[in-house]
Formats: sequence, C-alpha cells, structure tokens
Amino acid sequence: MSSSEKVIEYSKKELPPVFGKLGIVLLVIGIVLSVLAYLSDPVRSAFNNVILLEFLTSIGLGALFLVALEHLAGAVWSTPFRRVFELISSVLLILPIVALPVYFHAHDIFHWTHADVVATDEILSHKAPYLNMTFFTIRIVAYFLLWNIFYWLLTGKSRKQDSTKDQKTTKTNAKIAAIFMPVFAITITFSSIDWMMSLEPHWFSTIFGVYYFAGTVIASLAVGTFVVIWLNEKGLLVNGIGKDHYYSLGALLFAFINFWAYIAFSQFLLIWYANLPEETYWFLQRWEGPWMIVSILFIVVHFAVPYFALLSQPSKMDPKRLKIMSVWIVLAHIFDLFWIVMPTHSPDGVLFGWIEIGFIILAIGIIITVFNLKSKDSNLVAIGDPKLQRGIDFRL
Amino acid sequence: MNEKILYGYTGLFDTPDEIIEAAEKVSAEGFEKYDVHTPYPVHGMDSAMKLKPSKLPYIALVIGLSAMVTMFIFMYWMTSIDYPVIVGGKPFFSFPAWVPVLFEITVLSASIGTVVAMIAVFFKFPNLSHPLHDTDFMKSVSSDKYGISIEAVDSRFNEDYVRSFLSSIGAKEISPVYWDDEEVTFKNTVLKPKFLTFLIVVGLAVSGTTYFTLNKLMFMVPFNWMREQEKYIPQEISTFFEDGFSMRTPVKGSVALGNIPYRFSGDPEGAGEALVNPLAVTKENLELGKEKFDIYCSPCHGYFGEGDSRLKGQFPNPPSFHSEKVRNWSDGRIYAVLMDGQNVMPSYSSQLDRAERWAVILYMRALQRSLNAKESDLK
Repeated sequence: MSSSEKVIEYSKKELPPVFGKLGIVLLVIGIVLSVLAYLSDPVRSAFNNVILLEFLTSIGLGALFLVALEHLAGAVWSTPFRRVFELISSVLLILPIVALPVYFHAHDIFHWTHADVVATDEILSHKAPYLNMTFFTIRIVAYFLLWNIFYWLLTGKSRKQDSTKDQKTTKTNAKIAAIFMPVFAITITFSSIDWMMSLEPHWFSTIFGVYYFAGTVIASLAVGTFVVIWLNEKGLLVNGIGKDHYYSLGALLFAFINFWAYIAFSQFLLIWYANLPEETYWFLQRWEGPWMIVSILFIVVHFAVPYFALLSQPSKMDPKRLKIMSVWIVLAHIFDLFWIVMPTHSPDGVLFGWIEIGFIILAIGIIITVFNLKSKDSNLVAIGDPKLQRGIDFRL
Repeated sequence: MNEKILYGYTGLFDTPDEIIEAAEKVSAEGFEKYDVHTPYPVHGMDSAMKLKPSKLPYIALVIGLSAMVTMFIFMYWMTSIDYPVIVGGKPFFSFPAWVPVLFEITVLSASIGTVVAMIAVFFKFPNLSHPLHDTDFMKSVSSDKYGISIEAVDSRFNEDYVRSFLSSIGAKEISPVYWDDEEVTFKNTVLKPKFLTFLIVVGLAVSGTTYFTLNKLMFMVPFNWMREQEKYIPQEISTFFEDGFSMRTPVKGSVALGNIPYRFSGDPEGAGEALVNPLAVTKENLELGKEKFDIYCSPCHGYFGEGDSRLKGQFPNPPSFHSEKVRNWSDGRIYAVLMDGQNVMPSYSSQLDRAERWAVILYMRALQRSLNAKESDLK
C-alpha cells in the first residue's frame, strides 16, 4: 500500500459565521416561544419539553453510540468524520438543563406521582417501588452522570490524540467503548421507560427501549450525515471523503430505517396478537379517532418515504438526496416522539400549534449552537488517529 | 495448436494496488470484453473497471415483489375465502399476522431468485465449462495472484497488440487461452424437444398418479380403510337431531353404565369413615392389586411401600406406608388419596378403575402386615 507516503493535509478552518448566527437566532426564538408557552399552557409545554429532552438525548447519545461503535468495531470508513459525531454528542452536556423544567412539572405529566391515585390503584401500587419520585430522581441523575462521564472519556481522549498522535489512545478508546456499550444499553432503555413509557404508567411494552434506541440511531445518524456532507462540500474536512463514504452513511441510515420499522412492527404485532386490555389501549388511543390519520401519516413519513428514497444504490451516493433525507428523517424522529408522547396529553384531539413548533425550533437551535461553540476550539477531523489514512482510502 | 480457437489473453499481477491500476488502464484503453479475477473482492474495483450498476437488483425486486403479491393472494384466499377459521379471536382478514410471512417470503424468494438468475444468466447454466477453467491462470488468481483476461471477441482485440499492451502495463506470465473442443461443440441439451417431452411426460405421470391416488383411489374399497361407516365422526352434522349436533349432552341425572359416582372429593376424612373395601381377600384380588401396584405405585413408593423411589431424586420421595399413621388409616381414607391425590401425588382415578383401586389397597394392607405382623399371623 502506498498510504504511508501520503501526508494528510488538514488545517483548521472556522465554520462560516452565518452558521453560528443561525443557531443563535433559532435558539433565541425557541427560548422566547418556549417561555411564552410555559406561561400560557404549562402542562402542554411540559409534554413538549419531554419531546425536546428525548430528541436531544437521541441526537447526543446516539452520536456517542456511533462513536463508540466505531472504536469497538475498529471501523476505518467513518474515521475521517468521527470528530463530527463527537461534536454532535456534546449536546449531552446541556441535557440536565433541558430536563429541569420537566422535572419540576413532573406532578403535572406523570400520573404515578399522585400518591392518592397510586394508593387506590392496584397496578400502580405494585409499580410504586420503581415509579416513585425519590428513585426517579436518583435514576435520572445517574443517567446524566454516566453519559457525561463517557462523553468526556471518549471525546476527550480522541481530542488529545490530535496533538499527541499516540496510537495507544485508539486502543484505550476501544476498551472504554466496550465498557460504554452495556452502560448505554441499560441507561437508554431505562431512561426511555422513565421519561416516556411512564407517561402511561399502566401500559408497558418490553421492547420500548429498543424501539427508542432504533429511533435514536437513525436521528443521530441523519444529523451526522447532514453535517458531514455539508462540511465536506464547504471543504472543511480532509480531502478524499467521497461517494464511498456517503454510500456507507446512506446504507447505515437505510439499514436502521428498516430496523426501526422491524422493531416498531414487532411491538405492535405482539400487543395485537396477545390482545390484553392493559396493553392494547395504548395503540387503540393512537389508532382510533383523530389520531388515526396521524398514525397512518407517521408510517408513511417514518418508513415508506425514507425506504423508497434510499432504496437504490445511486440514491445512497447522491449527496443532495442524502441531505434532504437526513433532514426528513430528523423531523420524522421528532414526529415519532410526538406520536409517543402527545396522545397521552390530548387523547381527544391532535394538538399541533405554535407551542410545538417553538420547541422544535428550540431543539434545532440548541443543536446548531452547541455544535458551533464546541467546534471553535477543536479540529473537525481526528487528525491524530492512525486509522485516518485508511479511512480516506476506503472504497466500496 | 492453430486449429484451436483463441478465447483471449491473460496476465497476472502481484498486489491489489497493481490490479486496480491495471484495470483503470485497460478500461481507459477502450477494451470492453475483459474481466478481472482476484482471490477476494478488491474494494474500488467497480469504479476502476467503470462497471455500470448491475441489473441483478431489478431481478431481485421483481421476483421479491411478485412472490409477495402471490403470497398475499394465497393467504387471503385461504384464510378469508376458502377456509375461514377463527384463530385467536382475530378477524378472517388479519393483515398484521401476515406481515411476517410476507416479509420472509419476499426476502427468501428474492435471494434465491437472485442466485438462480445469476447462475442461469451470467454463468449460462447448464453449461458447466469455461475456457479459463483448469488453466494455470485460474489456479494463480484463486490463491494469491490478481489477474486480467481480455477476450478475443473484443472489437479492439489483436494478438500482438494485446500482448504488448499487457506487458506495457506490467502484467506477468502473459499467456493465450484457447477454447476446449467440448466448449466449442457444447449444445444446450435442456431445450431439445426430446428432453422437454420427457420432462412433460414425467411431470404429467407424477401429478396424474398423485391426483388419482389422493382423490379417487383413497375412496375406493378396500383402500378407503373402512372410512365410510354408519356412525357419526367428531363434529359431523347430524341429520337426525333438530339442532344439527351429533354430540349429545346426557339426560339430567343419568349415570353411565357401571359408573359409581365418588361423593367424597375434597373430603378424605369423610371417605375414610364412610367407605368400606368391597373386595374379598382372595388370591385373584391380591394378584390384581400387586400387578397394578407394581405398575403405578412402585416407581415412587417402592416395591414394598417403604418410600424408596426408583426415580433417583427426580421426584420427591414419598413417606413410607409402614408408619403408624398410614397403618391406622381405614381403607376408605387411602381410597380418598388414590382418588384425589395428596401433596405432590396426583390423582390416579383415571389410571385405575374402581375395582383396581380397592385391589391395590388390599395389596398395600398385605405389605403393611408383612413388616408389622400380628401375633396371630405366626400361628
């Protein structure tokens, strides 16, 4: 191989300033709208805040998962843009702030926090050892702590490698990733149960954590794909990232679209088959009345459109189509969370108005601003990684 | 050698980088009928050879979708029209239950169809031979070399030109490959009328025989094995009774012939007081009791009722029959245990009939006496 003769040319370039400005504008609009929302309808806002929180968890934690996956699998194709995913995962840092309003409105949105209801409800009193405010607090603090610890471990070492060029770091990162994986699996399952499944405390689905995980990976992958293609077209990454890399990102997106559909359908099929009243009502709520049209639209938006848009090989290599589909899939994931959370708040009618839009704007503003701030003091490419040249040389 | 027909020229390379470079040069030179042979898939080869995307995915798509549609119609016809049976309280048209089947049949038929199409279209099955087979070139590229073959049918092909071109791009062991006689004279025998007629005859014979056996022969005497009988088989519609049921519920208060109802279920003490062993102590009764005891009781209780199970701990050992408690039980009390079971012992009312139960009890009494004999037994 002639790779040893090549020298990777990379010099740090600033992101275009319009990117940062866009982030600030969206962030300010989002904050203003969400504060107004809390003033006008605190309960509905708290539900939207759950969507916001889970969406940002998806993006941050999913990106960290993809970083860890690369370390663990020893993958080379994603090394040239691994730093982008590391930067996206810094959204994890502000999660506790986003969680605070939900925590203080827990009594409004979580049915199981009402002691008088739990006392007379047999199912809820059986679940009380898990679903109580003390344990809930301990758990969410533990999630945020664990995620931040692993965020610092995984991205900090990688960033240090830029200057040290130490090859051992890559090995250490693989070990950290191996520890992170089970922690990730358990925390993402339980956090999705705590924040979303416990909104309907009588209902349960054993596959719920996997379902959320599937959505998490596609959402963070879509954000990453969009940013990678955008940065690459602006020439802010290293030379040599091309359609082979795009194809791999697109194929992974396509695979996880299918995985999501598989899991979502499995969840539905088992509940449909068993036909137990305490399980079916969750789906009936979404399949009867005004929510039915939303559910049908949901299947089209989250599965049919991305599936056929990314089915053929050329479409996975087309940067324009990939960018459009990435934005589509990110919005589809918000739709997914909306579909999980909102029918609990308003079973009798679909609520979608300025409050919801305000929180979506806030989410996008937070992601852009955090990415922009974090990328200021960091390279956009992991130039110290020994796998980098092989990653650039990657061909299908 | 001159009478042999030239297939093409081959050249070998040592590294994957060299073969990629060579493939780029060959395609840049304008050759169209050439191929690259490597021991494993080399990344980047598609673009180096300027290959167009394969047509195979479309075959997969068409086969997969047609299998899915066929399966959908098949299941719809079966479960909703031809033989509607309620399963698990679901409607006859239960689409969610079909989705896994549709998914699997699509994937399965698409993958099998793709492989078969590849073999048939690209390898021209049933032609099993190719000029490159059994050449030194093929032996090299299937172990540690990377090779290029340029076919003679290419419009730019010219022996001297190709030989010098291959050496100019750094190929080693440049050699011509000729068609074998069998490959030149090969004729596809599958489509010969003789073979097709044979296939049709065999197909008709097999399906005709099967149809005749299953639909005609099985209803003829004696092959119907006495299926036509003057009785109702389960779930057959009755023409005699007005409600159409061939199964009847007994008249209220009627008792089956020879059946003596057991009144003490759940009341062992009551049975112990009320029931008396109706059998006399005879040799026949004791032998019947011994036979049934050895079959049904001894695996757990042991041949002599000492609770020495033969099951080697796979089932908890029962207590001995020779305890003070069991010796003082009345026959009726033991009968209640046989009828209802006790602790982990299940009921034996279905294995033993009434006479056998009492006979077993007689035999148990004899076993008890064998270890705790009375003074009078010694005389």
